[in-house]
This record gives sequence, structure tokens and C-alpha cells, in this order.
Amino acid sequence: MDKTLNPSLLPDQKGHFGIFGGKYVIETLMPALEELEQVYNDAKNDPAFQQQLNYYLKQYVGRPTPLYFAENLTRHLGGAKIYLKREDLTHTGAHKINNTIGSALLALRMNKKRVIAETGAGQHGVATATAASLFGLECDVFMGEEDMRRQALNVFRMRLLGAKVIPVTSGTRTLKDATSEAIRNWITTVETTHYIIGSVVGPHPYPMIVRDFQKIIGEEVTGQIMEAEKRLPDVCVACVGGGSNSMGLFYPFVNHENVRLIGVEAAGLGIQTGKHGATLSHGRTGVLHGMMSYLLYDDDGQIKEAHSISAGLDYPGVGCEHSHLQDTGRAQYVSITDEEALDGFKLLSRVEGIIPALESAHAIAHVARMAPKMKKDEVIVVCLSGRGDKDVNQVADRMGVEL
Amino acid sequence: MSRIQSCFEKLKSEKKKALVAFITAGDPDLDSTKSIFSIMEKNGADIIELGVPFSDPLADGPVIQAASQRALKNGTNLKKIIHLVAEIRKSSQLPIVLMTSYNPVFVYGQKQFVDDALKAGVDGVIIPDLPPEEAGEFSADANEKGLDNVFLLAPTSTEQRVRMVAEQSRGFIYYVSLTGTTGVKSKVSENLKGKVQSIKNVAHLPVLVGFGISGPEQAQEAAQVSDGVIVGSAIVKLIEQNGNPQKRDDQIGDFVSRVKQAISKAG
Repeated sequence: MDKTLNPSLLPDQKGHFGIFGGKYVIETLMPALEELEQVYNDAKNDPAFQQQLNYYLKQYVGRPTPLYFAENLTRHLGGAKIYLKREDLTHTGAHKINNTIGSALLALRMNKKRVIAETGAGQHGVATATAASLFGLECDVFMGEEDMRRQALNVFRMRLLGAKVIPVTSGTRTLKDATSEAIRNWITTVETTHYIIGSVVGPHPYPMIVRDFQKIIGEEVTGQIMEAEKRLPDVCVACVGGGSNSMGLFYPFVNHENVRLIGVEAAGLGIQTGKHGATLSHGRTGVLHGMMSYLLYDDDGQIKEAHSISAGLDYPGVGCEHSHLQDTGRAQYVSITDEEALDGFKLLSRVEGIIPALESAHAIAHVARMAPKMKKDEVIVVCLSGRGDKDVNQVADRMGVEL
Repeated sequence: MSRIQSCFEKLKSEKKKALVAFITAGDPDLDSTKSIFSIMEKNGADIIELGVPFSDPLADGPVIQAASQRALKNGTNLKKIIHLVAEIRKSSQLPIVLMTSYNPVFVYGQKQFVDDALKAGVDGVIIPDLPPEEAGEFSADANEKGLDNVFLLAPTSTEQRVRMVAEQSRGFIYYVSLTGTTGVKSKVSENLKGKVQSIKNVAHLPVLVGFGISGPEQAQEAAQVSDGVIVGSAIVKLIEQNGNPQKRDDQIGDFVSRVKQAISKAG
């Protein structure tokens, strides 16, 4: 492979991206992380595993997903050319399944018959339940009570798929606490259970594994944009909660220094209100959920509540590789408020006939801000990480429309 | 000789096992912690472990999570806990170990933490989410200055990890007796004896057993095969259940005394 396409040699042996990442977990889990790393490295180099993974990605998930030239949106905004990477067209409707198929295959390889997952918006929970159903694994999904209310449709989908959805009532009852509870459950069941983390977070080797399963997004984009434009994009844009769709899009471009990488975080009710999820742009370095990364915490190191209209961005931490990309200046991170995200949601629905997930709507909203200031021959690729069906009720509610 | 070391020397010469009593500092408030500390000391605790409350304690079950929440609600933080230890040191020489998640220490500044903790009279620290792999800098500083950094081992630990922890732990080794979070379990896990023995074969330090020791019977059973036990959730539960401080302190005193008696029979 061209070395520019295989850019980053990180993480290092100990799972560090610069000062970030690592394995900050209780001893009970350390052996399981060592096992997972070994099994993953074996699988990565096993052509049979790769073949099996590619088979399911193509025949079951529906890859490759299109890179769609959003002609209407481009015309509407009157600046750079905008391409949408259509992860919303995958089976289950979001990029999460790229990781859960790979991870479920790893569970089989480790002879573990049960998988667990945390979920915020429910997309990762649905994707895990789907993979578990496909491969005959028992599946428990931890979900904050508040998120279960916000995403009732996904709760029902998971149950239809045969998963057990376990309400998490501790703390803020959102993604942070669902993750904590999933880790606690894993500490208790580690000998028989594989934990499928939904983003590029957690202790090493998770951030690396999830990135590797998601980098197919950026790899496909590379080929597709070369075909369409005969060159690489000027800018890649994606939303960042934990940061898996953005990492998947960015990773193959990291060594292409002319491609700007922009991650869009949730500014929630506005940064100045303190009610946001803009971890990279307004957080500080710390340790949570097994890794060192940027986090939101108070002066005593107590983790703060994040806020976002979208459950998937409502997280006070972020993937450790993003923290490294920010500190090295390779990627920039900006934020979009709830209101702006709603505008993005409505805009894409109206001009392109595509209803985006509220998470992805943050990326769209930022594109709407930047595209008009760019030249007409410049190219933006934005990752449409998921479809918005799950959010329609919430948006209607917000608009005062009774369904 | 450090307070922890002399404690174990003394116990050894008396052929006794150690009782480590855990409470979350600041639960329900720091004054109560001081009072409960002295009750536990009077009733035979050999070492007191003070939990530093954290918003997201991943190694803790519901009982200690709730204690953390209560302590955080009244503004307890690491600085105040270190201050409390300095207060306690005016009247007690019992070894004190802090148990904390890493983030409060990291945010405090790890070098500053080691200095301040030692100055206040803290003897050791247990940071479950800072395994040897990530502890390099912290351990080096703590070891040099004489704050015992206690590492954990678990039923899942491989032989290689047992050797690594045996080498790097200071003060004692904390053996997590069950594959799970902290909390009261009714039975001591199987093969505890074999596991502890395999650690003792390579370690020179005392091996203490914690997580899931719910009362005198389990404590005795665990103490028989180890150098002592750590009891936490069972005591914290008594704090949770008793709004009346007098009744709470009486019950904790009685409980600690019964556990102490039970393990003294363990020989």
C-alpha cells in the first residue's frame, strides 16, 4: 500500500497517541485487553478473517456506500462542491455497523458467546443487536433512561432484534453512565463476554480497533472522489461525539496534509451556558473510561454532564486519537448549537430529500457555514453518518408539531 | 520503617491478620468520617482506607457509588480529604491509605498530590484505574518519596502480571477476590487459597483480600488463606442505613469488632 494511504503508525505499543489513550482500567480487565489485542492482530493478518469481514460488509451491510454529489445543496449554498458520504444508507442506517460486524467476528474468534454494548442514540445498540442476531450471540445493551425516552424507537428495534436493553439510572442517565455501567458489567462477566464499544474511545486496543473497522469510510471516499474529481477533497467534515465516523473518514487522509480535517462537536445550548458536548474545543486533558483524552470536568476532576439535542453527541469525553490530532494541529474542531443543528436537519431534508440524523446534522450545519465562503472549484466531503428517522419524533416535538 | 510496614511486622509477630476498614471520605460528611475513623480504630481496624469520591467510579458497585454521590453532594474533594487526614494525624498513628480513581489525582497534579498527601500523613494510595502500565511516572515519584502505591491483582491476572505487580506494588498487594465490582457477596470465591498462594510464592509483600467480603464469616475464611482482609461496602451500607450518628457509630463499631474477632481466629 502507498505509504501516504497508511499514514499513522499510532498508537504505539502501549496504546498511546502522544500523551493520549492508554489502558486506564482495573487489573481485572487488563488480561482481557491483552487477549483482545492479540486476537485482533491475528485477525488483521488473517486473509480468511478479512475475506469474511468483507463478505458481510458487502452483502449484508451494503458497502460500498455512495459518495453523492449534493448538487442542490451546493447550488443552494453557492460555494464549494459538497459530497455526502452516505453512511446513512448502510443496513441499520448508520456507520456503527461497520464496527459491530467486525467486533462480533472477533467475539466469535475469542469463543465468547455474549456481547454487551453501551448506546446513546441507540444506533450502536441497534448495530450491535443486529450483529449479535446475525452471528447467534447473546446481547445486552446498556442505555441511559433519559436516552431510552428520547430514542424509544431504537429501544423497540433492539428488542425486536432479540437484545436485552438494560436501563441505566445512575448519574446523568445518558451515554456517559451507560458506558460506565457497561464497563462495570464487563468487569463482572469478562471471562465469557466481549464488550463491543461503539466509538473510538475506551482503553487500548479499542480506539485502534474501532478506527480500523471504520476507516473503510475514508478509504472508499479516497477512491470515489478520485473518480469523480480526479483529486482529493480540500476539506473533510464529520460530527464528533466519541468520534468514530469522523475518525473513519479522517484516518486515510491524515498524511495528506493538504486535506483539511474538521470535526464538529455539539455546542448544545451554547458554549457560554456550559450545557454542551464540545469536549475537544472546550475541555481539558484527563482520564475517563479507560483512556486519557480531552474531557469535560470541574476543578476537582469530577466529570461534568454534557448536553446535546442529539443523544449520540451527548458525551463528556472524546476519542483519544482526536485529542492527538487536535494537539498536533492536524485536525480542527468546531462546534454547532442545537438550534443550528436543527437548521441543518431541515436544510438537507428540504433541498436534497435526505433526512439526516441529528448527529450528522451538526456536520451539515457547519458545511452550511463554511461552503459559501469557499471557491466553487473547492471540494468538501461530509460524512452523513446516519439517517434521521430515529429523530423525527423529537424534532416534531421541538417544532411544536403533534404527530 | 513506614506505618504500614510496622503495622504488618507487628501483626506478624503476634501471628495476627490485618483488618483494613474502608469508608468513602465525606459520606455523609467529613466530620462523620472523622468520627467513624476513630470508632473503627477503637474496634480493631489495623489500617483505614479512605475512598475519594468520584463521579464515575468504574470499579465500584452500587453501594460505594451511592456513597460517592453523597460525598460529592456536600462538596468533598481531594484537598479537603488530605486536610482531614492531617487533622486525624493529631490524634492517631493508624496507617491511612487513600483509594481513588485516577482523574482527581491527575487534575490535582500527581507530584503535588504525593507531596501533600505525605505531608498530611497519608501512608499509601490505591488507584484501581492506574495499572503498572500507566503508573510509571507516578510510581517513581511516590516510591522515591515514600508513599506506598498499592497495586491490585485479580482472579483473571496472568502469571506474568502477578510477577509484575509483585515487583511494583508497595506496602501490600490488594487481591480482588472476585471478578466484579466492589460489593457485598455472600460467598468467598472458589480457589481463593490457590490464587493467593500463587501470589505469595513470588511476592514478598503481604497479600490482602478485598471486594465482596460481607461479614465475619467471609472475613475469617479469606483471612485464613491471606495476610488480611479489606471490608468496604458492608460498612458503607451501615452508613447509608443509619441517619442517626450515634446508632450508626454503634453499629459500625460492633461490626468492625466482630470482623476483627473472626479474623483473629483465622490464625
